[in-house]
Amino acid sequence: MGILEVQNVNKRFGGLQALNNVNLSVREGSVHAIIGPNGAGKSTLLNCFVGRLMPDTGSVMFNGQSLLGLKPHQINQAGVSRVFQTPEIFADLSLWENVMIASFARRDGAYRLNAFGRVKADGEIRDHAERNLSDVGLASKRNMIASALSRGDKRRLELAMCLAQDPKLLLLDEPTAGMSRADTNNTIDLLKRIGESRGITKVVIEHDMHVVFSLADRITVMAQGTPIVEDAPENIKGNPKVQEAYLGGAHA
Amino acid sequence: MDAILLQILNGLDKGSAYALIALGLTLIFGTLGVVNFAHGALFMIGAFCAVTMQKLLSLEKVALSETEKTPWGTPAEIRTPYITDWFGDFGTVLLEYSVLVSILLAVPLMMIVGVVMERGLIKHFYKRPHAEQILVTFGLAIVLQEIIKSWFGANPIPQPAPDALRGMMDFGAWMGFQAGTIVYPLWRFVYFLFAAGIIGAVFCFLQFTTFGMVVRAGMADRETVGLLGIDIDKRFTFMFGLAAVVAGLAGVMFTPIVSPDYHMGMDFLVLSFVVVVVGGMGSLPGAVAAGFLLGILQSFASMNEVKQIFPGIDQIIIYLVAIAVILLRPRGLMGRKGVMET
Amino acid sequence: MLEKLRNNDTAIMLAFTAMVLLGPIILAPFGAGYPDLLQRFAIFGIFAVGFNILFGLTGYLSFGHAAFLGIGSYMAVWSFKLLSMSVIPAIILAVLLSGLFALVIGYVSLRRSGIYFSILTLAFAQMCYNLAYSVLTPITNGETGLKVLSSDPRILDGASEGLPLPSVLGLRMIDTWRGSFLGMDVQFNVGFYFCAVILIIAFYISLRIFRSPFGLMLRAIRTNQARLNYTGINTRPYALTAFVISGMYAGLAGGLMACTDPLAGAERMQWTASGEVVLMTILGGVGTLIGPVLGAGFIKYFENIFSKINDNVLSGFLDFLPETLREGVVWVMGAFVGEGWHLTLGLLFMIIVIFLPGGLVEGFNRIIAWFSRPKGGDKATARVPAE
Repeated sequence: MGILEVQNVNKRFGGLQALNNVNLSVREGSVHAIIGPNGAGKSTLLNCFVGRLMPDTGSVMFNGQSLLGLKPHQINQAGVSRVFQTPEIFADLSLWENVMIASFARRDGAYRLNAFGRVKADGEIRDHAERNLSDVGLASKRNMIASALSRGDKRRLELAMCLAQDPKLLLLDEPTAGMSRADTNNTIDLLKRIGESRGITKVVIEHDMHVVFSLADRITVMAQGTPIVEDAPENIKGNPKVQEAYLGGAHA
Repeated sequence: MDAILLQILNGLDKGSAYALIALGLTLIFGTLGVVNFAHGALFMIGAFCAVTMQKLLSLEKVALSETEKTPWGTPAEIRTPYITDWFGDFGTVLLEYSVLVSILLAVPLMMIVGVVMERGLIKHFYKRPHAEQILVTFGLAIVLQEIIKSWFGANPIPQPAPDALRGMMDFGAWMGFQAGTIVYPLWRFVYFLFAAGIIGAVFCFLQFTTFGMVVRAGMADRETVGLLGIDIDKRFTFMFGLAAVVAGLAGVMFTPIVSPDYHMGMDFLVLSFVVVVVGGMGSLPGAVAAGFLLGILQSFASMNEVKQIFPGIDQIIIYLVAIAVILLRPRGLMGRKGVMET
Repeated sequence: MLEKLRNNDTAIMLAFTAMVLLGPIILAPFGAGYPDLLQRFAIFGIFAVGFNILFGLTGYLSFGHAAFLGIGSYMAVWSFKLLSMSVIPAIILAVLLSGLFALVIGYVSLRRSGIYFSILTLAFAQMCYNLAYSVLTPITNGETGLKVLSSDPRILDGASEGLPLPSVLGLRMIDTWRGSFLGMDVQFNVGFYFCAVILIIAFYISLRIFRSPFGLMLRAIRTNQARLNYTGINTRPYALTAFVISGMYAGLAGGLMACTDPLAGAERMQWTASGEVVLMTILGGVGTLIGPVLGAGFIKYFENIFSKINDNVLSGFLDFLPETLREGVVWVMGAFVGEGWHLTLGLLFMIIVIFLPGGLVEGFNRIIAWFSRPKGGDKATARVPAE
């Protein structure tokens, strides 16, 4: 029994069967990569996990609790955080404030009216946010306004926000898309380091095979809305079905 | 039955005005993505085109009579409008039908107003947040209505309908009911026909011309059409002008029904926005259908029988419907799924 | 130096308190030192400060806040009629009732965002306005407006002799001491000081909200509501709390209007009144602490000046011009003053939105940045951080 259990999930958009009977089991503590050609349904699947989309049928269980029908904030409070394909951050706020919001969400829950406390006087939150900013190497920029960051730094900031929540499951949607080789390697190191020190289960969607094979200890290959192969990384490379999916996808 | 029919008829004229204003609002929102709070002011300017035309046509030449004397012994004044002086009987006819003549003035004038507004102001707000679009057009609406107020004064200025179209028509007899049960002012019926004609023309224009096709494509996906090498901006400017003309004509023809004053635009704007929301943001048929629907609903709500059960319902029915629609079906009656649903 | 002051809350509060309390003296040279206008400054300051908590922090643009102003006024007058001429119960009840209305209206309206939210709030406010004019006439007294009568029951202090006046702790709101300061006529009015104390408290609460975790969440809603949801925050109750707080501020302002002049009319609820508070907030500076107070003061001051000027006054000013030219200039300028004040207001609205969306506060910041820029220094160091 994995920490995330997906059973028989279907999702249809008009005439397009975006997800076709998806079954997936993610083991606790693992890094599970989902790969596949464009339009294979990877992002759609992720959207079903965080409450952005509602599958037509099937079940998504996290830690024995169904995620379907929950609001995004409820899913997050249950322990699922997500890094988006294009960084979603609070662009008008400082880096520090960005991460502090996540720290508040972790400590105070989905809603707590604290209209007379002072953000700056809350040592616990400050330290916690500071620690997470350092973890991604942004501590020196903490007073900058987030919109001024480079794209790679924005991604790291988003990661720091997700980490500040101490999630049980971290969903990463193409965490290195659009990054330079050096930045990509940094990110891989960062994710590995955090994976080892905190033991967070991760689900990664990625195109870059270099990233996938550096990080993952389990890989699912999707094509046309269905997982076709699930195996350890070393067995994936030579699998004929995978080659066919990528080549077939290219021809179709 | 005849009572129901009468209420439907009573709702048609207001419904027509809502539909025409909402049509323009939707065109602008759909093509340019701009929320135009000054659209009611365009309706009001149209109405004042009619006022201006009426004033121009009835400018009078004053001559002193040689034979007739006033009771004070001075020569009596003879006032003849210049227009009759110049054109004789035809001039009298022109004066009589000044509301219709003002259409000739309103079409080019409203087109110019619309194009100037779009090029001069709205264009700079395409990329700015909706809140700022609302605020700047709100400011513009205040400016336009205050200009009209300082020019024409604050009091309503009655506009007569042409004599031939002024009476009542006996709908009952016409429809085969008992005569005299459903009488309806003739001009309101003219207004409805006129509105229907305009709406039909706009739809035909969008449906059957290349220009309209491009605009519809632009409403669906602006960027792609831009990539095709079509100069979409010019067409959208024209669309803004067209929306202004539609609103202006709605205003011109409305003057014999309700005497125009400077804040009529604001009154209609709030309701027309509600109409757009009920019909579905970005849906032209939705705007028209919701306009008529809400006009008729309002007319039913002002029946005495209804008011006795729900006092004041006629004042708030439109808002209640809007609130219900936004909460239960946010995309509106005919809106596309996913367009501004939240 | 200025930076430090800007972030020192005690200094901000002290400066603000001093400015407000010395208002009658500071504003006397500008011809604005008389009670009626000073009261309006304070009352609309409260209204705008409250509106800013919603619009400035969360970005939700309400076009219906005048409804709460009207509700507060009606409630306060009813308190004068039924309970007592003391202003304390009147404003407490005004705040509570408008808060209740804000809870209901906000609960429904906040299910949508963007322009839908604006139109929903507008629809609710128009409903309140229309109802106040029609079926609710027994409560609102329709077009005549609700007035205090000497025959009203007033169960706490009984029917009094003569026309009763609102009072606090035995002082009537209209009591005024006149003094002289540097040769100027200075008026200290009970009503103004009552409103001023409340304005200071209201400003302090707003300051604390700005600095609090709650305020941080509200700013996050404005920036990226979706991210906030995916960060485990339930945004709706936060926005609703902000809506209710700003509705209560509006009700407080409405109650104070009734305290200084005990009558209430439906025109206070009209949507142009809602537009006015939006203008005050953006004119001063959306999302800044002091901006809304500045904006409210600015608009009420110029409204007062402009609407008093008429063609005769203008001709007096332009005495030096030749006759014909003078008539022309008076004619043009006459359109903007007196009755034409709203035209000026509309133009101002457009100019601010087009050229200075950050309002007066941003304008000051730019000027300060321009002066404090080191000679030959690079532009980056002269950047002024957002308040």
